[in-house]
Amino acid sequence: MMTAGEKLRRFFRTDQGVGLLLVSPTALYALLLLAVPLIAIVVISFLTQTGVRDFAPGLSLVNYKEALSDPLYRELMLRSLMVSGSVTVVTVLLAFPIAYFVSFGVKPEQKSLWIFLITIPFWTSYLIRVFLWKVILGYNGVLNSGLKLVGIIDEPLTFILYNVNAVIITLAHAYAPFAILPIFVALEKIDRSYLEASRDLGESRTMTFLRVTLPLAAPGVVAAVLIVFIPTIGDYVTPKLVGGPGGTMIANMIQTQFLRLNNAPLGATLAVLAMLIVAVIAIVFLIVGYRAAGGGKKGGRG
Amino acid sequence: MTIKAKPERKPLISLQNIQKHYGEYHALRGINLEIGEGEFFSLLGPSGCGKTTLLRTIAGFEDIDSGSVMLAGKDMMGVPANKRPTNMVFQSYAIFPHLTVAENVAFGLRKSPLSKVEKAEAAEAALNMVGLSGYGNRAAHALSGGQRQRVALARALVLKPKVLLLDEPLSALDRKMREQMQVELIKLQREVGITFILVTHDQEEALVMSDRIAVMFEGEIAQCDDPEVLYRRPKTKRVADFIGVMNFLPATCRHEGGKKIVNIVGLGETEITEEQCPEGFPEGAATVGFRPETLTILYEGQTPTHREAPAMIEEVVYYGDMTYYDVKFDGVDTPVRLSMRNLFGRDVLEVGTRARISWSPGALVVFG
Amino acid sequence: MKTLKTYAILYLVFLYAPIFLLPLFAFNTSTIIAFPLTGFTTEWFTALLDITEMHSALFNSLKIAVTSAVLATIFGIFGAMASTRYHFPGQKGIMGFIMLPLVLPEIIVAVSLLVVILKLGLSTGSWSVIAGHTLICTPFAIAILNSAFAALDPSLEEAAYDLGETRASTFRRVTLPLVMPGIVSALLISFTISMDEFIIAFFLTGADPTLPVYLFSMLRFPKLLPAVMALGTILVVLSILLITIAEIFRRRGAKRAGLKDTGGFL
Repeated sequence: MMTAGEKLRRFFRTDQGVGLLLVSPTALYALLLLAVPLIAIVVISFLTQTGVRDFAPGLSLVNYKEALSDPLYRELMLRSLMVSGSVTVVTVLLAFPIAYFVSFGVKPEQKSLWIFLITIPFWTSYLIRVFLWKVILGYNGVLNSGLKLVGIIDEPLTFILYNVNAVIITLAHAYAPFAILPIFVALEKIDRSYLEASRDLGESRTMTFLRVTLPLAAPGVVAAVLIVFIPTIGDYVTPKLVGGPGGTMIANMIQTQFLRLNNAPLGATLAVLAMLIVAVIAIVFLIVGYRAAGGGKKGGRG
Repeated sequence: MTIKAKPERKPLISLQNIQKHYGEYHALRGINLEIGEGEFFSLLGPSGCGKTTLLRTIAGFEDIDSGSVMLAGKDMMGVPANKRPTNMVFQSYAIFPHLTVAENVAFGLRKSPLSKVEKAEAAEAALNMVGLSGYGNRAAHALSGGQRQRVALARALVLKPKVLLLDEPLSALDRKMREQMQVELIKLQREVGITFILVTHDQEEALVMSDRIAVMFEGEIAQCDDPEVLYRRPKTKRVADFIGVMNFLPATCRHEGGKKIVNIVGLGETEITEEQCPEGFPEGAATVGFRPETLTILYEGQTPTHREAPAMIEEVVYYGDMTYYDVKFDGVDTPVRLSMRNLFGRDVLEVGTRARISWSPGALVVFG
Repeated sequence: MKTLKTYAILYLVFLYAPIFLLPLFAFNTSTIIAFPLTGFTTEWFTALLDITEMHSALFNSLKIAVTSAVLATIFGIFGAMASTRYHFPGQKGIMGFIMLPLVLPEIIVAVSLLVVILKLGLSTGSWSVIAGHTLICTPFAIAILNSAFAALDPSLEEAAYDLGETRASTFRRVTLPLVMPGIVSALLISFTISMDEFIIAFFLTGADPTLPVYLFSMLRFPKLLPAVMALGTILVVLSILLITIAEIFRRRGAKRAGLKDTGGFL
């Protein structure tokens, strides 16, 4: 019989063992700096703050009660969801034609240039980009001063800064590449002979798009929706800089609770709730998407 | 029972009861095999039969569950691939794309005691051997498929291994190139005298190149023989079916006065020898197999050298040098295939023609 | 396709609008960031030289970005090798978890790290920003290195091993040179992300602000805005430069591995 130690040593010489050994530094890092803190924040959300760094003993649901009953938090949460949802819809709708154009309308050797051009703005300072939107949309901003200069308007437009609209425009700009790339990848994977087959079988261009291209691009669209929806709900900079009082979102409140009001448990509760709601929506969306994509059928892919 | 190397060859590799699982999947089921020195040996079988696993076991890339690999009298258990006197030509050739041709060929010489100049000479000599002299400074990624394969050969042979392992080396080449490389590989093997072990799923390739072929199905060696024996006397129906084309007809067998008699549907009775029954003489229901070229259409005025049976031509497939006919013997529902060389002045027959077919009892193989 | 192309170009204009405006105002004489432009000046750039707090913030950011990039790339190499070369139990779950920061809002990473650091009685500082940045850069490094390792034919490593190299020397002589472009690219991308990151730095920076944190504080003073524009211009130019270099390396890597190039980083 092999001893346990020998078994272990044997295991770490197999492919599985070597793989596990190799991934362990990275996994351990993620465990310590992501899993542990995430668990900590869940735990803290059940505590109550008594001093600067002290918590009352025992767990309670006080924070959750407060977070869910106080109309301020409820409004912030709903607004965050609304903004996130709008940003997602706007971004994905705007992104799809771009992804489609690059995949189907651009010569193969120019595709990576286009993708590169689309991703560049994403890599430049987020803070600066958001601030520039404030400059563009402001009362005396680029848009208003420009429009006034050419005589289209007499008075500056006010509905575009320090409100939810400005937040949505700015976020839609920031997350554009996140939406384009997954859709582009999904479109690239489509074997062009499928489209020719559909045409050959008598379908028009439009129907071919609807019956072949769109269903096959669905996984990319689903990925795009999630990759935009999940992070935007926690955005801090955009609402802070361009949102004004009517455009603040949950992340701003989390920051206030942690750094201003020194109420870490309530901040943690809001963070946990935000994540929970996002996770539930994402899962529901995935299930619905899977069903719609014919996941229940034999051989279907989710 | 171990399949021994041929008596005229000293055994070089000895595999004893090799067992290998991938999880639940039983990849190698007790391989017992000896391969001789200087032999051109092929492992032939459909994909998933375990041939590549066996090759990689010899190379040292696979850990086996049990059994032993002996190489030149040494147990290879615990000897890793980089310490074994074997070298491999990979299916993808695995030419290092960041190195030149010469650097690729000299890759394995890094630790050799040779001087820098000697290493360069050895690499050039190896390139010369594969017909690529003067290509040393080329970038590896600028080579054609055939050239990559030659570099892979040179890179392995420069280390003078005891065994060269070739994993489907010709599968990526087009047909013309493949046939050319087959001949070159045979020549090269004779020249260097090293044992070659070739993995292939192409039975024609195995027949053309090998001294001996092991046919594998589901992790077991079904038959290991010379190409000729393998073709003429396949041991099982499955091997017969895998190697070339084999026609099968139902038959019944019986003993009569010490003679072995087989009665084939549509062809009648004939006596057969022990040798023709690789699985032993089957009393009662049996299947006979015969190759297309053992049947001949008799033209006007020709007399049969062996036996004769009337038939109807059902299908004609014209190949240029050959014509394949599918014919139905009178009273038989299954068509059988026969091949005729298209000699000058001999007409290709049409579908629906009645013909007399000559067949030879000695060419039959009888399976249970 | 004609309409689509027009749309695509308009979309690019939308994407680049803020970046194009940046230098316009950075070189404009007016302190008010609005049209019409009043005249050309480089005074905002020279003004940057006098803001010493910004210099220390820049230095701090560089230090954090270099360290985070190196750490994230090392973790990335381990993760990418394991996920492309091997199958191990729980692979999907483990890799999914490591890649989680890619979608997790940064504020969640920031507050959860802050909570743990405070609970342990430690004080925040450059080290905690590095820890957070390494965490969020690692998934990007893995994504880049995954494609570098996936493009590498495993039989190349087997061939080197078969030709007598050890596992270590195979890595040095074959694997490393072939994935080097990917490694350089991962380093540059991680560096860029860390240099730009605001939220985590905002929460975890302690007494020494990073450049974005300092920049954020500058935004409150209208008088400083032209200087912000100048600094922004420099940062954007540098980012584009680094990303272009990273892209060149990534393409070179793909070319070396004999692959057809099809897409960007993600």
